[in-house]
Amino acid sequence: MKSKIVLFLTIAVCFLFQCTILHTFSIGSITPNLMLVLCVSMGLMRGRKCGMWTGFFSGLLIDMFYGSLFGFYALIYMYCGFLSGYAFRIYYDNDIKVPMALTAAADVLYNLAVYALQFLLRGRLNLGTYLIRIILPEVFYTVFLTMLVYRIFHYINYRFMNVTRKESESIWVLK
Amino acid sequence: MKNLKKKLHFRINLKSRHLLAIMTMFCVSSIVATFASGITTAPLADAAGMIIVPFENSISSIGQWLTDVQKSFQDKQNLIAENEKLLAEIDNLTTQNNNLLQDQTELERLKELYKLDEEYSDYPKTAARIISKDPGNWYDNFTINRGSEDGIRVDNNVIAGKGLVGIVTAVGPHWATVRSIIDDSSNVSAMTIGTSDNCMVTGNLELIDEGKLSFEQLYDNEGRVTVGERIVTSNISEKYLEGLFIGYVSEIWQETNNLTKAGTIVTPVDFQHLRDVFVITVNKQDADYQGMSTGTEENADEE
Repeated sequence: MKSKIVLFLTIAVCFLFQCTILHTFSIGSITPNLMLVLCVSMGLMRGRKCGMWTGFFSGLLIDMFYGSLFGFYALIYMYCGFLSGYAFRIYYDNDIKVPMALTAAADVLYNLAVYALQFLLRGRLNLGTYLIRIILPEVFYTVFLTMLVYRIFHYINYRFMNVTRKESESIWVLK
Repeated sequence: MKNLKKKLHFRINLKSRHLLAIMTMFCVSSIVATFASGITTAPLADAAGMIIVPFENSISSIGQWLTDVQKSFQDKQNLIAENEKLLAEIDNLTTQNNNLLQDQTELERLKELYKLDEEYSDYPKTAARIISKDPGNWYDNFTINRGSEDGIRVDNNVIAGKGLVGIVTAVGPHWATVRSIIDDSSNVSAMTIGTSDNCMVTGNLELIDEGKLSFEQLYDNEGRVTVGERIVTSNISEKYLEGLFIGYVSEIWQETNNLTKAGTIVTPVDFQHLRDVFVITVNKQDADYQGMSTGTEENADEE
């Protein structure tokens, strides 16, 4: 229960930061995607289910305030969280390189999904421009942001939330 | 009781893959529902807004305060030098002002001719501050700190000092979401001032960097529309009030259909650093002009 409350608070605070403060740090009108970092981190640290719920609720918040189609962002973020949850079984979560690589992959996925479903369908065919102007800068900036905030999420996870046992550790626990 | 327990047990042990499938179904169905039948999620957004918006308000005011503090730490020397320069400039400007006053009478006469700018300044307006922006980079929506309790409704037009900024798409008690005209999904029906030809102004993400919009479907066979022509919202637009200034034509070319012209528009509004906007609290649909004239008086009282 406690970890659920902490998770919701984290999502809300991240949403607030994403909509207000992060815009003042935007470079060339590109803002890093803090919500995505949160989803990926939770997926990596707590598994597929948790990543999925985190993604779902952060996407839902965005949908409520800025989405034109209700449920669209919830869907994309949910898949990002869920897919990064597969890394939970494979990797340790105290190495910064894993979340960085995962965020890069998830951000590319997220942006391509937005492009394909909302821009391509309206006849904006110029993928190259969008790739160079929006997608790649956002990926780099988000990966940079991951280096800064992953430690914070890691701390929140281990300090305030119930520990989920890693399967790689649970070999030593007799079933 | 036992049954219930069993059910509960089952729910907890749901495999993550199945859970994903269920949630995907939920999301897709809500997308379809909002897309096809136009079910609004306004109540949900209201509830969430009640919690989120006060925080956004305070964060934005803290940010404002910090900028103010930063400004006050400016170098004293700079200020003295600037002061001297400004004093010199005042002399300059007084003479210029006299000249301008003379021009004013001429301007009044020209305004009579256009009749557009006149109306523009007559709409009842509410000042609002931008408190948060769209979290992604693909769209250009923002939230302002005024809502339905301040008389703002969906489809209200939003302007900043120099021109049209956007349109209100959702409204809560103390907040409203605005889609700006540079947003990729925005379409505004517009016309040229000189020739009153209609065209469609669309936001274009590829042009945002240059601060431009694109326009298309301009029927202009005689080639009378040239670079520098003023574009305003048209009289046939359903949602935008007539005669709001959008920008100047900066490029124009023939479309591939050889009938109409397309091009780009430079907008006078700096969307990157936009902080304060005005919301026109009259909609096009209810802009019978009696209502507007009473609104004008109210506005005069406010100021």
